[in-house]
Amino acid sequence: MSFDAVIATNRFGLGARPGEMAVAASAPREWLRKQVAGKRELPTELKSVPSSAAAFDVYRQALQERRTARRTRDDKSKDDPVKQVMDSLRQRILPLYLDHVATRYRVATHTQESFRERLVHFWTNHFAVSADKPQVLALAGTLENEAIRPHLAGSFTEMLLAVEAHPAMILYLDNQGSIGPHSMLAERRVRRTGRQLGLNENLAREILELHTLGVSGGYTQADVTAFAHALTGWSVGGGPQEDATFDNDTGQFVFRGVAHEPGAQTILGKRYAEAGVDQARTVLRDLARHPATATHIATKLARHFIADSPPQGAVDRLAKVFRDSNGDLPSVHAALIDLPDAWVQTPQKFKTPHEFVVSTFRMLDFIPVQPPQIIAPFQLLGQRPYTPGSPAGWSDIASQWDGPDALLNRIEWSSELAAHTGKRSEPLKLGDTALGVALTDRTRQAIARAESAAQGITLLMASPDFQRR
Amino acid sequence: MQPFNVSRRTFLEATALGGFAALTPRLLLANANTDSRLVVVILRGALDGLAAVPPYADGNYARARGELAITSPQLKLDGMFGLHPSLELLHARYAAKELIVLHAIASPYRERSHFDGQDLLENGTTHPHGRDGWLNRTLRTLPQRAARDQLAVALAQNVPLVLRGEAPVNSWAPSRLPATDTDTLQRIADLYSTDQYFASRLQAALATDSIAGGSMMGDGKRDPLGAFGTLMSSAGKLLAATDGPRIAVVEANGWDTHANQGAERGQLANRLRSLDLGLDSLRTSLGTAWKTTAVLVVTEFGRTVAVNGTRGTDHGTATCAFLVGGAVAGGRVIADWPSLAPASLYQSRDLRPTTDLRSVFKGVLASHLRVSESALEATVFPDSRGAQPLEGLVKA
Repeated sequence: MSFDAVIATNRFGLGARPGEMAVAASAPREWLRKQVAGKRELPTELKSVPSSAAAFDVYRQALQERRTARRTRDDKSKDDPVKQVMDSLRQRILPLYLDHVATRYRVATHTQESFRERLVHFWTNHFAVSADKPQVLALAGTLENEAIRPHLAGSFTEMLLAVEAHPAMILYLDNQGSIGPHSMLAERRVRRTGRQLGLNENLAREILELHTLGVSGGYTQADVTAFAHALTGWSVGGGPQEDATFDNDTGQFVFRGVAHEPGAQTILGKRYAEAGVDQARTVLRDLARHPATATHIATKLARHFIADSPPQGAVDRLAKVFRDSNGDLPSVHAALIDLPDAWVQTPQKFKTPHEFVVSTFRMLDFIPVQPPQIIAPFQLLGQRPYTPGSPAGWSDIASQWDGPDALLNRIEWSSELAAHTGKRSEPLKLGDTALGVALTDRTRQAIARAESAAQGITLLMASPDFQRR
Repeated sequence: MQPFNVSRRTFLEATALGGFAALTPRLLLANANTDSRLVVVILRGALDGLAAVPPYADGNYARARGELAITSPQLKLDGMFGLHPSLELLHARYAAKELIVLHAIASPYRERSHFDGQDLLENGTTHPHGRDGWLNRTLRTLPQRAARDQLAVALAQNVPLVLRGEAPVNSWAPSRLPATDTDTLQRIADLYSTDQYFASRLQAALATDSIAGGSMMGDGKRDPLGAFGTLMSSAGKLLAATDGPRIAVVEANGWDTHANQGAERGQLANRLRSLDLGLDSLRTSLGTAWKTTAVLVVTEFGRTVAVNGTRGTDHGTATCAFLVGGAVAGGRVIADWPSLAPASLYQSRDLRPTTDLRSVFKGVLASHLRVSESALEATVFPDSRGAQPLEGLVKA
């Protein structure tokens, strides 16, 4: 057994499951390469979770009830029907969120292809939505299954087009309400009510800053505004807009031509002729191929897999593969495996709360049955699933989550979990399972001297060996 | 397990008496030579200064702001500005001459990315992506003392950039988990003793936890800013302790009001109410230490003057800031008001910045924490000569 097997399963993968290290050990790089190539069917568990359209429908029905309640509100009555409907809105949406999250982590705990699964998590976090509002809470988990997984074997361009047209992203970054100031809808509205409809530049800005070029990618406020114009009309069917034209497409991407700003737009010096929905699509294709995008993505990948401040050579290499392959994701992912910097023996990365919890579940081959119990540790350690709080997603830089209190919380969760699972496990064997030859003598000795199996597991989970990858 | 499941406080006492060197908590600032307390509250997401502090008498305000304008605020500050109706308790501080309201203010950042904007607000330079924060660099300029590493605390699991850097600092947030038993903690401490990264963090966390009250958890559920009220009252307790820290940082998310922002009532109003209550919890939990406290409330930038297409506002430039506390020479508004006339707006869309936030930071550090001018210019805010410290912010 070599360190390469440890690195393959823990640094590239999500943490070794029982027996996995031995499987990877015969040819660690080959074990990884097999995971990046080719398409996969959606894991069985994920086939039965609600789609974005189904989740949106639950949300829409509750909204309609709220509108009815508003109309019938009796100001003298003590019970506020709007409040009651809002409470029931949450009650109806929360199970969708719990279902999405629980399924995601069951897959992560049991998968035999955990490098591939880590890449899924990486891209979902790159295109982060945050479940801070009810409609996003319902839909947050669907973006990964509908826009990330199907494109892992394809190009970045395809993934980008799928993500930006996904209802969760459109609703999260408010694009359904962004109306071209000279669109038919805006002009009709001004005539009828005098109220001016207008842009919301949120989606356009975050695509440029976070999804493609990066903040130093050389765009200006004028580019943001022009791109926001091009994106007007990118919406979700069956939403609370005034016209009900798209009710048949409830919860799905629709292009509302009446809301689209007519005319050509100039973005990064290039003129994009009016082409309806294709105007912004063409912009997205160009952004995907922009050299700044290659560098931005390469930096994030290198930071995730190598070190918080990754070596420039590794970033350059990944960026070159990204450019040369036109963003072919399997090629880019395979290039990670070929980077010598990714195979440095000393672990460079302190696990994020998310990684710590997932690798624990995998080591123990245990995940709680009840969704709220699955979510609890992520929340306690500061990373409640799908709530990074901003479209930048969770940071891959340790100083953002390695505060003293965060470490104490990890220890407390470890001892709590070990108290429940300790009787069933043999801590030293678990240490070998998860860390193989990377389990240091110091940690081994501490575990061997523990007064109970539960304490031994706590020590293993808290050990620097397990906390790093 | 039960007999061993002692609180962290008991653990600290036990280890101190038992002489476990590795984990003996350092005395928290036992020989502090200042009573001054500083709290920095960072509002992440870009607070709309034109809603929090409406310039109701600006002739262009009602037109430019449309349905989001608060044109006749109940809580007036002077003939020009009012406070948002949610900030009732803060208004009482104004009446007590403990609040300075600053307006048309911004960091040197002139782009509109939250992440770079916060970065620059916190690192205190003119470029994002700095590695340390201005408050951490401030710590390095304060007189050497035995327990300098306990001088500042972040009320969060993790340390925000403004406090990150070479000087060791602490972090604390309420935990919902039962404390780990003493024996296991001691064994983990032993295991960490050859790994400085883990050892220093564990030691700092245990020391702070004993004052703030262990796994105490307030009811943060109906608080739209999460556990902000709880964090603020914990900050007060930590700072009030005679041997506690003197500087605290608290964060509150949720100010990025792109859609359905609301005016007197609504989303933003609820958040401002939560901010108002939190600031007051800090005051009450500080007790008499409030008299020596200054609290800075700042955000990365402001929001567009015009309402956007979704009854919200997009990323802008200048905004407001608050300086409140028993030590503050308050009861006034500091604003070189640029007006909201179309020709006066920054890039034809935003409130134009006329005051540099660093002038406020420098003014507070100089008069409240007695940071020397040379340290301010050379270490804390390099390249900030243009931003002269504001004088007279703190009572003499």
